[in-house]
Amino acid sequence: MKDTARLAEPAIEARSLGLTFQTADGPVHALRDVTLTIGRGDFVSFIGPSGCGKTTFLRSVAALEHPTEGSLTVNGMAPDAARLARAFGYVFQAAGLYPWRTIAGNIRLPLEIMGFSRAEQDERVARVLELVELGGFGTKFPWQLSGGMQQRASIARALAFDADILLMDEPFGALDEIVRDRLNEELLNLWSRTGKTIGFVTHSIPEAVYLSTRIVVMSPRPGRITDVIDSPLPRERPLDIRDTPEFLAVSQRVRDGLRAGHSYDV
Amino acid sequence: MKAVLPVSVVIAAIVVLWYGAAVWMNAAWVRDQAARAGETPGFAQIVPQTLNQERPVLPAPHQVVSELWKGVAGQAVTSKRSLVYHGWITLSATLLGFVIGTGAGILLAIGIVHNRAMDLSVMPWAIASQTIPILAIAPMIIVVLNSVGVTGLVPKAIISAYLSFFPVVVGMVKGLRAPDAMQLDLLRTYGASQRQTFAKLRMPASVPYLFASLKVGVAAALVGAVVGELPTGAVAGLGARLLSGSYYGQTVQIWAALFAAALLAASLVALIGLAERLTLRRMGMGR
Repeated sequence: MKDTARLAEPAIEARSLGLTFQTADGPVHALRDVTLTIGRGDFVSFIGPSGCGKTTFLRSVAALEHPTEGSLTVNGMAPDAARLARAFGYVFQAAGLYPWRTIAGNIRLPLEIMGFSRAEQDERVARVLELVELGGFGTKFPWQLSGGMQQRASIARALAFDADILLMDEPFGALDEIVRDRLNEELLNLWSRTGKTIGFVTHSIPEAVYLSTRIVVMSPRPGRITDVIDSPLPRERPLDIRDTPEFLAVSQRVRDGLRAGHSYDV
Repeated sequence: MKAVLPVSVVIAAIVVLWYGAAVWMNAAWVRDQAARAGETPGFAQIVPQTLNQERPVLPAPHQVVSELWKGVAGQAVTSKRSLVYHGWITLSATLLGFVIGTGAGILLAIGIVHNRAMDLSVMPWAIASQTIPILAIAPMIIVVLNSVGVTGLVPKAIISAYLSFFPVVVGMVKGLRAPDAMQLDLLRTYGASQRQTFAKLRMPASVPYLFASLKVGVAAALVGAVVGELPTGAVAGLGARLLSGSYYGQTVQIWAALFAAALLAASLVALIGLAERLTLRRMGMGR
């Protein structure tokens, strides 16, 4: 399908990226000197305490924030151009489904805005509903679904227009641990089936280690990268991989990275 | 069904209080009459005479009910004594004013939400407009419009619109701004235009707010229509019934007209409530 040149091109590339907010109390350095290359098909987690810039970085990739220094490309384009090229889907912490639309109607929303034909909308909605195991729930309204199912629907909505990159900002942060485990497993499954590039913000160490091929450890004031860990874990990951020595070693390294960034100082 | 008992207790309490007040307030006239006749009636003789006077200070509930019944069912609907006739005149001005006010309110709200200059310039005027007593401004509107040849329904409807646009503006501004930053960001990631954001997010999100505003607005529109009928010299409408009742000391007529207006307002609010339930259920937001 894709030619080799496109495969070699990184999905997201940041060089000396900086973002400074001007506030009444003076400038706030949300990001400073962030250099990072995310390859195609990677699952990259961003972990760090509040204020470390992990969400700001993700929002910059989605052109929701505009960096003040350095360069950032998404699929080789500026983020604004990448958005118009439908390069990414974004999943927020809250599902944010419209209460006045059915689940199918919610997934149809980006397709309507992007001007897909009615027949294609129907076909895509049915396909992504199956992908997130919500087949048969299309005609339900959001309030009829559990929180976990709502978040699955919001992932389906982000997948509906076939973006190569999925940006997820603490998507499971508001869910209980049992649901979260299940959704983590499903997300890995979905990732291996679709081959998407995923950028995933979290502040759970086990979640980051379980899901990622690379873990970016960040630290606040100013928001910066303190460590980038290439996971030695295999791509195929049953839930009980979390009890293996390799998993615990990676977790330990993430924890050390957080400590080195003084992230535990409050 | 659990509410039946408390509701009937409250209604019964109001009726009892009302009867008590009627006896107390109308007794002076009974004593006056008796004094002139050189009698000193006891309490048991005073009570029945307080409840069936022709021009009581406070009419008893059954007098108001019978006057209402006479006004609604006891006349041809075309008669000048018919409350249906007067009610229709007021209702038509109310509805026309309500439609104008709602339309203007929605348009202003859309402008205010999308344009910062309008937000800063229109909102203070809208608020100021509601601080002026409607009784002061209504005669001026009637007179000014009369002088340019506009009479009848339209001036009253404009006063109705003047009162009913405000809750719609306030409610719709709130409703159109109800979507949070996350929902707006989501549409930005789709590259949605301002028009699409309005049609797909802001407008549907504002519907529950719109209905809350419409309920306040329709009641205000009725008040506007009644007030608009007062300075025209009591020709027709519930306001006219109120005014002619007070000219001739017909307290029962005043109270009957008041209740007719209240019933009309309650029915209008109930109709909007019904439309609200049906719409929200259709939108999947009714439970």
